[in-house]
Amino acid sequence: MTGTSRADTRPLSPHLQIWRFHITMAASITHRITGVALYFGTFLITAWLVALATNASCYSVIESVISAWYGQVILFLWAVAVLYHFANGIRFLLWAGPNIGFDPKTASTVSVFIYLFAIIGAAAMFAATTWL
Amino acid sequence: MASNNFITPAKAARGLGSAKSGTLTHIRQLVSAIALIFLVPWFVYSVICAMGGDMADAQAWVGKPWNAVLLILTAGAAFYHMRIGMQIIVEDYIAKTGTKSALLILNSFACIALFVTVALSVLKIWIGAGA
Repeated sequence: MTGTSRADTRPLSPHLQIWRFHITMAASITHRITGVALYFGTFLITAWLVALATNASCYSVIESVISAWYGQVILFLWAVAVLYHFANGIRFLLWAGPNIGFDPKTASTVSVFIYLFAIIGAAAMFAATTWL
Repeated sequence: MASNNFITPAKAARGLGSAKSGTLTHIRQLVSAIALIFLVPWFVYSVICAMGGDMADAQAWVGKPWNAVLLILTAGAAFYHMRIGMQIIVEDYIAKTGTKSALLILNSFACIALFVTVALSVLKIWIGAGA
């Protein structure tokens, strides 16, 4: 390390493979992965709004993609990612602000519930749009 | 590296700690998250309700003043939040200065371009609806 002349030699974040698996570590990296997924999901939502503002032939292309099986898969995964990132984001705010839920046992339990909430919630959303 | 002998301890240590600008970024990320706590449930609920209709229904929904305002607010908070999020990920994992800078600039451009695109699309539908 001594004698380096590079301007930017700050340490990098520890990568995934150096961690022993535990549920809070999984919850943390899932938050990041769902964040990246939602990042690219906004490109699709933007495409939908642009098509809506353009014309009917443009919109029908988007609609056929949404109703196709792969469109439905993307929509379901988007719903899971939104619910996960939303719930885990609230937990981050509770950690950062009022310091709630930081002890290991609570953090592990809440992690499991956030996973369940995201998957069951997305399934419920799909059931609601299909049958109601 | 003979020149090392002339570097003072302060000079050798400088630039190796934190960048010192992370706290403000973190607070901005938390504040935009607080905004999204209110905006995202509205957006998801609206999308579920709008799923059943056709193009005219969707346009009528965007054309309502409250929906148009909330849509642009949601887009603003979301693109602000995701720009910072992606910036943190790039800074965490990309060490090369050139690659890192290129990705950070691309990230900023993409988020701002997306926001302008969404805002103008919503405005076009809103104005077209005569509201």
